[in-house]
Amino acid sequence: MTSTTEPVEVAGPGGGSTRRRGRRRWPLLLVFLLPALALYTVFIVYPLVSALQYSFFDWTGTRQNGFAGLANFRDLFTKYPLSEQVWRALAHNCVFFIGTMLIQTTGGLLLATLLHRSRRGKRFLQTAYVLPHLVSPIVAGYLWSLMLNPQFGAINAALRGVGLGSLAQPWRGDPHLALPVAIVINAWQWVGFPMLLFAAALAGIPEEYHEAARVDGASAWKSFWQVTFPLLTPVLGIVTVLTFIGNFNILDLIYALQGSKGNPAYSTDVLGLLFYRTAFENPDANAIGQSSALAVCMFILIFGISAAANRFFRRMEARLK
Amino acid sequence: MTTSVLEPAVAVAPARRRRRPRRGAVASTVLLWVYAVAALAPLIIMALGSLRTEQDLATKPLGIPTHPAFENYAKAWSEGGFSSYFVNSIIVTVGAVVLGTGVAVLAAYPLARYRFRGQGLLTAYFLAGLMLPIRLGIVPVFYLLNSIGLIDSRIGLICVYAASGVPFAIFVLTAFFRGLPNELEEAARIDGAGELRIFAQIMVPMVRPALTTVALFQFIPLWNDFFFPLVLMEDDKYTLPVGLTRFVAEFEAAHAQLYAGLVITTIPLVLLFLLATKQIVAGLTAGMTK
Repeated sequence: MTSTTEPVEVAGPGGGSTRRRGRRRWPLLLVFLLPALALYTVFIVYPLVSALQYSFFDWTGTRQNGFAGLANFRDLFTKYPLSEQVWRALAHNCVFFIGTMLIQTTGGLLLATLLHRSRRGKRFLQTAYVLPHLVSPIVAGYLWSLMLNPQFGAINAALRGVGLGSLAQPWRGDPHLALPVAIVINAWQWVGFPMLLFAAALAGIPEEYHEAARVDGASAWKSFWQVTFPLLTPVLGIVTVLTFIGNFNILDLIYALQGSKGNPAYSTDVLGLLFYRTAFENPDANAIGQSSALAVCMFILIFGISAAANRFFRRMEARLK
Repeated sequence: MTTSVLEPAVAVAPARRRRRPRRGAVASTVLLWVYAVAALAPLIIMALGSLRTEQDLATKPLGIPTHPAFENYAKAWSEGGFSSYFVNSIIVTVGAVVLGTGVAVLAAYPLARYRFRGQGLLTAYFLAGLMLPIRLGIVPVFYLLNSIGLIDSRIGLICVYAASGVPFAIFVLTAFFRGLPNELEEAARIDGAGELRIFAQIMVPMVRPALTTVALFQFIPLWNDFFFPLVLMEDDKYTLPVGLTRFVAEFEAAHAQLYAGLVITTIPLVLLFLLATKQIVAGLTAGMTK
């Protein structure tokens, strides 16, 4: 995490001069710091801490009953239908993450590498790749729904137009296809982001490295894998962690494509949607307790795995240096 | 194939490269442009679809509008409710960006340039927010806003949004403030300028480029956000993304109008991007270059 939170390019000389004036500046500091501190604490930190507290209590509607220990967490994994939905949604998130990594990271790296050496239209191409990233996932979801419509959609029409009508599918309606289709749409939206990150990293690699590899008789392929790629490891680490976080937070795109239940037959249900339904579309009186327990589990999963992944990539980076 | 595609990078000597235009280079160019078409095609279909009539769309899924049907926009705007969604989106997004960036620039300044006890801890406290999945706090946020009378209120949503942008803004702005030279500040202090005046008249103008980046980077995700207004707002206060879901639920068959609604939701961001490509690209890759 620290690699994204620590500003790298600045060594701060500032500030030293004000040290002498010490003590008397507390009122001034408060003026500067209090607004941000209050806003951030009240609307971000306090709710997350509250969610943790909620998860250990039993609820009837909005009334908090007694301390429930881990009962809410137990319900998540033992009480039907939650117990079934949690595992299914988690599995879909994992498939989603792996699929997205394969398509988006490979695609992003390929585009960045090719773009790095092309000379004409670089700016235009880069813009084209990044534009889908700006679009709201809700817009992307509805746009693709329209395009994938079996009768009136552009995709099947295009397939028929080039004589591949036999490949036309009910893309969103087939439970086996719905999740892969969502993954491809997500990758279409996101591929520009790893592309930009890889492009920035490639631009930072001195040309002499490749020159040296060439003089030593390395083929282009070898030079890429042994010179360029190791230098991209930190970026790959960042991309992996950000993709992971993004995928386990996903909700909007699926909501627009398949509704809040992850149609058809829950085949695109993910943890984000399940959390929303558990909190706001849950017939159980203890909706708050259950949804808070789910929130805590998701928090641990997202935070824990991204922290671990970050450490892993740092170690790998250190080894490659 | 990949081997030959990668070749030109290694062959740095221009004379060598010029002798025979490599097949790899051609393949690479073709691939790049083909993918550019694939990336843009859905957006082009969206723009064209918004100008075609309902009938035209139903008979020919792929086509070019012969007589642009601007009435799709008129209908979506007035009957579809997009006028109020649009206004809500503007108010909420701009309000949150101004508030969030404002409080963040105030806080980032002492965090970067003063020395005081607890400074490191406080910085870490703010930056931890970069990693927090804040949507998971939605239930407590709901009850919090409810208890202070800010549920179904644009002000409530502005507060939540502004707070969500604070960590990133502080992260970028502290880096910029640290990089500023001391001389101007010291000169001003010798001339007797107060701390607030030094901040407002000397330091803030110097970080203006960073402020643009920060504002842009709060604007885009907030404009696109769907989850918070879905839970915290009601019908006529919906922002565009939630408005879209309501439009779809109500007018399922109005494809042309839906296309228009999608364009209305997207256009401000595309304009912003074309105006500020450089800042956006720089911001997306912030901290990547050493």
